[in-house]
Amino acid sequence: MVTRAQPRQPRQPRRAGSAGAEMLATGGAASAEGPGRPGPLQDETLGVASVPSQWRGAQGIRGETKSCQTASIATAEASSQTRKCADAEVQTEAPELVRVPSVSRHDGPRLAAFLRRVEAMVIRELNKNRRSHAFDGFEVNWTEQQWTVTCLHTLGYPPAQGQGLHVTSLSWNTTGSVVACAYGRLDDGDWSTLKSFVCAWNLDRRGLNPRQPSVVVEVPSAVMCLAFHPTQPSHIAGGLYSGEVLVWDVSRPEDPLLWRTGLTDDTHTDPVYQVVWLPEPRHSHRFQVLSVATDGKVLLWQGVGAGQLQLTEGFALVVQQLPRNTKLRKPPRGETEVGTTAVAFSSFDPSLFVLGTEGGFPLKCSLAAEEAALTRMPSSVPLRAPAQFTFSPHGGPVYSVSCSPFHRNLFLSAGTDGHVHLYSMLQAQPLTSLRLSHKYLFAVRWSPVRPLVFAAASGEGDVQLFDLQKSSQKPTVSIKQTQDGSPVYCLEFNRQQTQLLAAGDAQGTVKVWQLSTEFTEQGPGETEDLEQLAAEVAT
Amino acid sequence: MAEVEETLKRIQSHKGVIGTMVVNAEGIPIRTTLDNSTTVQYAGLLHQLTMKARSTVRDIDPQNDLTFLRIRSKKHEIMVAPDKEYLLIVIQNPCE
Repeated sequence: MVTRAQPRQPRQPRRAGSAGAEMLATGGAASAEGPGRPGPLQDETLGVASVPSQWRGAQGIRGETKSCQTASIATAEASSQTRKCADAEVQTEAPELVRVPSVSRHDGPRLAAFLRRVEAMVIRELNKNRRSHAFDGFEVNWTEQQWTVTCLHTLGYPPAQGQGLHVTSLSWNTTGSVVACAYGRLDDGDWSTLKSFVCAWNLDRRGLNPRQPSVVVEVPSAVMCLAFHPTQPSHIAGGLYSGEVLVWDVSRPEDPLLWRTGLTDDTHTDPVYQVVWLPEPRHSHRFQVLSVATDGKVLLWQGVGAGQLQLTEGFALVVQQLPRNTKLRKPPRGETEVGTTAVAFSSFDPSLFVLGTEGGFPLKCSLAAEEAALTRMPSSVPLRAPAQFTFSPHGGPVYSVSCSPFHRNLFLSAGTDGHVHLYSMLQAQPLTSLRLSHKYLFAVRWSPVRPLVFAAASGEGDVQLFDLQKSSQKPTVSIKQTQDGSPVYCLEFNRQQTQLLAAGDAQGTVKVWQLSTEFTEQGPGETEDLEQLAAEVAT
Repeated sequence: MAEVEETLKRIQSHKGVIGTMVVNAEGIPIRTTLDNSTTVQYAGLLHQLTMKARSTVRDIDPQNDLTFLRIRSKKHEIMVAPDKEYLLIVIQNPCE
């Protein structure tokens, strides 16, 4: 045992000592039993070896006391549980190849047999359908109906209204979300230095403030007419009382003026009553501005560099050159201009247009006219005489004309005699004459979606909506735009959001009306009724 | 061969017919008088609808079956003559 190596315990004298003592004792006993031993056992007392422990005592206790502390950790317990769980998977399929109708011919006989079987039935049904009137006047209401005409927005620009300016013209932009109005005066025929404004509101913008237009353009003279560009949502053309024609870009509020005609020999000498955008004959995506004024000139302008609108074509109307198919008062000798107050282009023939005149007679005109005008007015391009046909007159100046978007021959005119005339391009006498106002009528417009609907703005402050399918005598709906009966000067349908109609009045207010469904959804057989109306020419 | 074309021509020449097409059992157009994209659209959708209509009729009464399908819309009337192998689709403007 003592030989067992315990190298890690060199300081274990006690155990070694006790083992030694044991060994000595055993040795003593063994020796006692050895051979030839003497007889009796003797007690032998052995001294006890004692070795003091050095385990702890020698080492001493070395220790240091250190402490550290952590900030108390706040804990909280919360529990949550979901009550329902759902799994969903989604996958898109690879797009199927568009299968082009194959022109395989191998299925001939069976296909022929099939067609033989069904042909008679299909033709019978096709014929039945043509004769059937089962669905005439049948309508399904899939959408919620709007029963009344309501006012959505009442827009105005207080500084302009404070100057007593009227809304002289309105225009919706190509997206149908911006309405612009021109401020000016129609009743005051005097030159004035009063500045005027063109204002635009974006109706789709959140936080629309009806008293604060999103764009205000200050103009040095009264603005008589406005027209948004047919494709550029921010370009707008305007005609001034001074005879100038301008084009603004309302997306640049700090410098909105793009082009102007300036005051040259070519410029109108009288107020510009209407401007329209026309596609250029050879570039359908480029547009020119056509302006009409009471000086009898119809001018076509093109924007060139350096902010200048340049005259490209010009027309002049002289009484002596008008086609004499109606009894016009024989003018004195010399030339007399025919003041034009309104223009409308045909939806079917891009060169055909109708002019409203101060003489009260609408004129059918063509951009393709070749005949030179008998005028001595100075001009940089030769002026031509566009008139082709004279219609029988109103009792006073015509303020507005509108060509039907659904029929190539029909157009409307409205004037100071309070009448709306429905003309066919084919005859001088109007098809219908309706007295809508005891005062003036300032604007008339066909609906862009309903072939038999038009709206008229009256001098009594009404916007009248006419549905010729319902009644050809009285308006279907008459909306009071102004409470004090001040006149409504302009109105425009929205071509994109067809339920909207904007009207501007003498109080400087633009009201946006939401039309009821009956004015926005085409009824069955309406196009045929319009066709019939136009066919009444001969009778 | 010519008989097929002649039959289709006869149907197409009917008053108010806008388009005629033949679709096979998989909904793949095999004859048409309309342009490609319109044909593919009509063929796929009307094939599905016809199959659905047929199963509706047969679920209501297993002895019954679909013989003809007409769809009246604001602008058109669409007629479908079904068969085990083909569908004949005719689009008509009934009040032209």
